[in-house]
Amino acid sequence: MKLVIAIIKPFKLEDVRDALVAVGVHGMTASEVKGYGRQKGHTEIYRGAEYAVHFLPKIRIEVAVPTDRVGAVVEAIIGSAKTGQIGDGKIFVTTIDQAVRIRTGETDADAL
Amino acid sequence: MTRNSTRVACGLATALSLSLAAAPALAQEATSTIDAGDTAWMISATALVLMMTIPGLALFYCGMVRKKNVLATMAQSFACTALCSLLWFAVGYSLSFVGDGRWIGTVERLFLLGTTMESTSAFAPTIPELLYVVYQMTFAIITVALIAGAVADRMRFSAFLWFAAAWLILVYVPIAHWVWGGGFLASAGVLDFAGGTVVHLNAGIAGLVAAYVLGKRHGYGTDNFAPYDLSLAVIGTGLLWVGWLGFNGGSALGANSRAAFAITATHLAASTGALTWMFLEWWTRRKPSVLGLITGAIAGLGTITPASGFVLPWQGVVIGLIAGAVCFWACTWLKLRIGYDDSLDVFGVHGVGGAMGTLLTGVFAVAALSASPDAPQGSPGLLEGNARQVLIQLYAVIAVLVWSGVLTYVLLKAISFLLPLRVNQQHEIEGLDLTQHGEALQ
Repeated sequence: MKLVIAIIKPFKLEDVRDALVAVGVHGMTASEVKGYGRQKGHTEIYRGAEYAVHFLPKIRIEVAVPTDRVGAVVEAIIGSAKTGQIGDGKIFVTTIDQAVRIRTGETDADAL
Repeated sequence: MTRNSTRVACGLATALSLSLAAAPALAQEATSTIDAGDTAWMISATALVLMMTIPGLALFYCGMVRKKNVLATMAQSFACTALCSLLWFAVGYSLSFVGDGRWIGTVERLFLLGTTMESTSAFAPTIPELLYVVYQMTFAIITVALIAGAVADRMRFSAFLWFAAAWLILVYVPIAHWVWGGGFLASAGVLDFAGGTVVHLNAGIAGLVAAYVLGKRHGYGTDNFAPYDLSLAVIGTGLLWVGWLGFNGGSALGANSRAAFAITATHLAASTGALTWMFLEWWTRRKPSVLGLITGAIAGLGTITPASGFVLPWQGVVIGLIAGAVCFWACTWLKLRIGYDDSLDVFGVHGVGGAMGTLLTGVFAVAALSASPDAPQGSPGLLEGNARQVLIQLYAVIAVLVWSGVLTYVLLKAISFLLPLRVNQQHEIEGLDLTQHGEALQ
């Protein structure tokens, strides 16, 4: 099992969700985060006081998938989250040791 | 006691002779100078000015501080309102507006004992005395509440309460008496329609001194101090702007043309101040900020305050323009140059604006507006040939600056012997809401 973590632009969340549903993923976690990579922040000025804001708002989604479906999931995310502008985000894939459905106690593949 | 009984005798004699001279229809009721129209307006004006502090100033300030200090900032305005109201009732009014003292009033009206349904103040003969009391109370409240802006984000709540109480009695009351209560500045001919010296310069200089004594905020100049929610500040500005029609309009102490002139000059100064700051920022920083727009309006309002009942509408526009430009310079250039941390620009807007407005009153004052049966020649300013008025205004500015500045310093130092003025650094980092009040915005 793999955990696919994607940092994407906030307005792309619905597009990514639709694309993941289309490849058979029916659950995910989304959180609001801040971050930066090559996309620079901006400067705000309040009555002469300037503040450099480095961190930009992003959405982090996490999807647990069977190992054989990782490729399709990553392709789906790339296809839906990409704009071509700096700041589109990144995808990380890590290994999950264990998964459990809390309500029923099902484990691993049955829990996904 | 002799003076008191003489006064009562004179009052009765006047009432008696007036009632004898009046038409037969009035012979049955007690003769009173109280006018229904004036009273109605002044009650409304009182409500408007009270609204300027709660929640006008509370919102204006809290929107500009960081999230962790929003509730604490509002607490200062509200606590100030409650505390200063009671102190005003107890001693403030009496010491400010009763008696003939050159330096201070008397204790004749302590706890407002002696005010009746018929009594009036010599300064506002057409409204009930009690109404004059509460109207002036709203001015005292907002002056003290203004100072809190200079030391936002770092003052201990308990120390602030002590300071507010002491400052009201030792700084505000004497100055109010000198300028409005028949004291030495009034005798000298100082023109301050609604509080350029008593409110704005007074609070401004006190704020500057307090900012120095308390020191800069932790992280000032390096950390991100961006405002929590400027929309709150905008709402606050709206309440202040509208309320100011009561602040300046009500200072006419009557429902009359002078009030109309006052609110017109006030409104035009606010409008011009807002646009001036906006265009200056647009030109120097490429974008017109909302914070600049609202600050420009407040700068215009503070500066026109002493002049509002003395100037023509077009002069209100000019004063607003000067206010927007000079206060913009004070808040963006002067502040950084001198290096003080006046968190919410109390000095840059109210201090500078109040001083400037007081001097400009001496320049622009139109005699026709201040002419009355007691003073048919009115009070002309420089443009009408009376250059001396500007010097009298300067005299008032210096007097208020010195008294407020020195005493604010002394008071703060005295209070600091009892308890620290600032919260400790860890609490400042955690935020005043949690550490001073045990509450947090969710």
